[in-house]
Amino acid sequence: MKLTLRVWRQRDADAEGAMSPYEVDGISSDMSFLEMLDVLNEQLILAGEDPVAFDHDCREGICGACSLVINGDAHGPERTTTCQLHMRSFKDGDTIDIEPWRAAAFPVIKDLVVDRSAFDRIIQAGGYITAPTGAAPEAHATPVPKPDADFAFEHAECIGCGACVAACPNGAAMLFTSAKVNHLNVLPQGAPERETRVLDMVAQMDEEGFGGCTLAGECATACPKGIPLVSITSMNKEWLRATRKVAKR
Amino acid sequence: MARTVWDSSVGKKTVMAVSGLIMLLYLVVHMIGNLKIFFGAGEFNHYAHWLRTIGEPFMHYEWTLWLIRVVLVVAVVAHAVSAYQLSRRDIRARPSKYVHRKPKVTYATRTMRWGGIILGLFIVWHILDLTTGTVHSGGFQPGHPYQNVVDTFSTWYGDVIYIVAMLALGLHVRHGFWSAAQTLGAGSRTRDRALKTVANVLALLLTAGFIAVPVGVMTGVVS
Amino acid sequence: MTYTDYVTGEPVADTKAPAGPVAERWDKRRFEAKLVNPANRRKHTVIVVGTGLAGGSAGATLAEQGYHVVQFCYQDSPRRAHSIAAQGGINAAKNYRNDGDSVHRLFYDTVKGGDFRARESNVHRLAQISVEIIDQCVAQGVPFAREYGGLLDTRSFGGVQVSRTFYARGQTGQQLLLGAYQALSRQIAAGNVEMHPRTEMLDLIVVDGRARGIVARDLITGKISTYFADAVVLASGGYGNVFYLSTNAMNSNATAIWRAHRRGAYFANPCFTQIHPTCIPRTGDHQSKLTLMSESLRNDGRIWVPKAKGDDRPPNRIPEDERDYYLERIYPSFGNLVPRDIASRAAKNVCDEGRGVGPGGQGVYLDFADAIRRMGRKAVEAKYGNLFDMYQRITDEDPYEVPMRIYPAVHYTMGGLWVDYDLQTTIPGLFAIGEANFSDHGANRLGASALMQGLADGYFVLPATINDYLARNPHQEPVTDRHPVVQEALAETEDRLNLLLSVDGDRTPDSFHREVGELLWEFCGMARTDAGLRKALERIPQIREEFWRRIKVPGTGEEFNQSLEKANRIVDYLELAELMCLDALHRAESCGGHFREESQTPDGEAARRDDEFAYAAAWEFTGTGEAPTLHKEDLVFEYVHPTQRSYA
Repeated sequence: MKLTLRVWRQRDADAEGAMSPYEVDGISSDMSFLEMLDVLNEQLILAGEDPVAFDHDCREGICGACSLVINGDAHGPERTTTCQLHMRSFKDGDTIDIEPWRAAAFPVIKDLVVDRSAFDRIIQAGGYITAPTGAAPEAHATPVPKPDADFAFEHAECIGCGACVAACPNGAAMLFTSAKVNHLNVLPQGAPERETRVLDMVAQMDEEGFGGCTLAGECATACPKGIPLVSITSMNKEWLRATRKVAKR
Repeated sequence: MARTVWDSSVGKKTVMAVSGLIMLLYLVVHMIGNLKIFFGAGEFNHYAHWLRTIGEPFMHYEWTLWLIRVVLVVAVVAHAVSAYQLSRRDIRARPSKYVHRKPKVTYATRTMRWGGIILGLFIVWHILDLTTGTVHSGGFQPGHPYQNVVDTFSTWYGDVIYIVAMLALGLHVRHGFWSAAQTLGAGSRTRDRALKTVANVLALLLTAGFIAVPVGVMTGVVS
Repeated sequence: MTYTDYVTGEPVADTKAPAGPVAERWDKRRFEAKLVNPANRRKHTVIVVGTGLAGGSAGATLAEQGYHVVQFCYQDSPRRAHSIAAQGGINAAKNYRNDGDSVHRLFYDTVKGGDFRARESNVHRLAQISVEIIDQCVAQGVPFAREYGGLLDTRSFGGVQVSRTFYARGQTGQQLLLGAYQALSRQIAAGNVEMHPRTEMLDLIVVDGRARGIVARDLITGKISTYFADAVVLASGGYGNVFYLSTNAMNSNATAIWRAHRRGAYFANPCFTQIHPTCIPRTGDHQSKLTLMSESLRNDGRIWVPKAKGDDRPPNRIPEDERDYYLERIYPSFGNLVPRDIASRAAKNVCDEGRGVGPGGQGVYLDFADAIRRMGRKAVEAKYGNLFDMYQRITDEDPYEVPMRIYPAVHYTMGGLWVDYDLQTTIPGLFAIGEANFSDHGANRLGASALMQGLADGYFVLPATINDYLARNPHQEPVTDRHPVVQEALAETEDRLNLLLSVDGDRTPDSFHREVGELLWEFCGMARTDAGLRKALERIPQIREEFWRRIKVPGTGEEFNQSLEKANRIVDYLELAELMCLDALHRAESCGGHFREESQTPDGEAARRDDEFAYAAAWEFTGTGEAPTLHKEDLVFEYVHPTQRSYA
């Protein structure tokens, strides 16, 4: 296949960015999207130009590093991560627009690479269960009903890629935050910190400059792991419950 | 607690949800009251008068009505201020747009924002028109709401403003009710269809019920 | 003297494991180890490089104990370390099934599975700790699979006869890593861990014979800085990426351990690499990495190739009697369930005979037609649905209709920095944990044991043993950038990067990586020969020379420059590859993942030679291209007596 790419190029965080056109040829439909970009970068290096910077690591859809908006869709047209998108989803002669995640809380570092450390700080604010090493009781001491365990797992699947923020018209991180809140709050092990967790994580999310939820639903559509929109509802419920409980203390 | 709620984006959404539901409840009552117009001037004017005497003799004349008005004003202000602040936050959170715009519009967000502004302006006009009479088209007669309503809907612009606003209201309620349920944590996977149905029915009934009045005037059923 | 003329130096021995019954050694060691007064711990700084299962859990635990931890990862977040990609599960001798499992059985299975090339005391400790790991992870909220009664579910894995593998669907590594990441996040928020993401270690600083810090590059600004500490812990993972194509993450690399090796840490058993039999085959030259599919597929799938060479009919048109179910034919009693190394090698053999399938003939069929007939499509879907989906997404073929194609791929490296029972390398104050060390898996790792080892090292072993080192060295002279050793390390790093940028040749970093990777795959992959390894050893220095003549790295060092990162990692691969080949050449036996064609039984099976090679080979660096010195650690088997494996 022969393709025209229009790629967002931005030298560094402070520089102005713009879309630059490139041609790539000899692309096989079996290539992954990132392998297609590898081809482009090999060309650019040999031509003495700066290759396109993009985040990627495991290339099997689990680390959450890759983060491209392709033709306006976070992770492109299929419901998967960019690294698991294959060129068979495109046609010979297509023009493909490639942009970074765009959100105030995810400033661009270079080209298609953005800074997602805000997500780490949301987790640091309370996305954990306090269980110092060595302090754990026997694993079977507390059975967890299977539906709760499954609910926890479904939300724990979040890979922290940030597609939800990229897709949200408000740049909101509600789906990300809710995934972790729901994972930990449903478990008996997470119960002692249930209230502070949700209050602190939501407060940190606000502080990072993410937008609010207007339930547009774009986040859940873009999520490569299928975290559902109703996850946000569950977090809202937790937040209200926590606010009431904490006020009573 | 009030501080926590107001300072948080989730809290502000809660304020919007609660104030919205209060207004929604009021609208349902208001709409049912409006339908009395089809039973003639006597019944309609009597109903309007009764509104001022609710709670008597415990409440003084118009006390209850004013109480409702205060609650409504608080709800409108809270709803609008939090909507404004949340929208500002949302716009700040996404300062640069994607170069590649997708054709699909973010229907919900847009109709809520523009619809909200339309409804806000409408409320002002509506009060000036039928409560204070300031911008009323005919000779405004306090205590004769039936005639006032007929006067308003006898003008083309009165009908247009009202009908446009009620369509906006329908769309607003349709997403707003479901959205409020999510904000208040009442949604769930199994309940989602039911909530969406209730939202649609509510929106439809309210819009139809309210629009019935100008249509009634236009068609001469009410005169 | 050429590289192959290595010198055998003094033997090396573990002096930390106490004598006495193996089951009591860990308790004894913990009791004998000196402790650091809790009030003094905050005065000690420990550097941890890497945030995978081992690094993440170690950083969190050391910080909980009160140490000041300075931690690094090259990823943008500690949550992305490649432990996240482990699918299958984690072993623990809980015996929840009452199926006869025990600490001793896990110990026995691991020593035997490692083909008798691991240290008994370490392996026994691993088996003991396995039990605590599950408790710890459950307390952190790791959502392991559960049964309807609310208790933890387990499954059997990798040909073991007990059901001891705990799992979280196909994402066990992800869930365990997030548990460690969250514990680490708590310590970062508490100010006990100073986290440096997007920062890569480029050298180790050794002052007066002790590890005292690292040189690291901020990958965003390109700034090269030094960080000092009282001890340094390397948890930077394995070196499988030296092969270019592997199941490792694209940026996984060997730089941290290789630089430590250059500074004096011995590198043990570099040739022990694990090649996993069930990966999705490559589709062409553009391939950048390989994807593994859980080996549980071999429980129901049947592996075959056409009997005739070059038979390119579609699989469904090849009649039953023209198919060769070669594993079932050669190993009638184990069939498709033979261990990983045997399955991998058999696939290579049939492909070498020209009977491979798919593009380039580098693949064999894994056929579920019989399973679907027997169990019904529904049951197959329930058991393997997510794997089938993954396969279909990558290959665009429907495995319910057409047999899957699989081929072996490099997956894990058992070799790594040599460590003693305390996980300390030969440089005092330098520790290596997780896949970065060589300690527990011998010549072959069993399924679901990597996660166990990473967490055992990070949560339980290192935090106990590092105390002893710090307690014995309570007041170390402060080091600053002005120290000549530091100046030298900084200058070397800067010179190396500047040289890479200044060559301005005509080949990209990837082209060199691919070249050395293909060479290794051919000569130091699934089957190795004396002649082949010698050929590779001749070729590698030539590639290295060409690299420094023709490499092209665009941009500058003072910016975000992914090409420079890559090129710098390849510098180390080009030296490591040489050591791997030398180690493979010198080990003239077959054991575990290392199959030497000269050393096989009459029926073509691996022949281990315990009389000559029952040792771990720890190599000492003497200079680039210079023959290294071999230090042998003799392995003594008091509890599990070596036997030849047989699966026929």
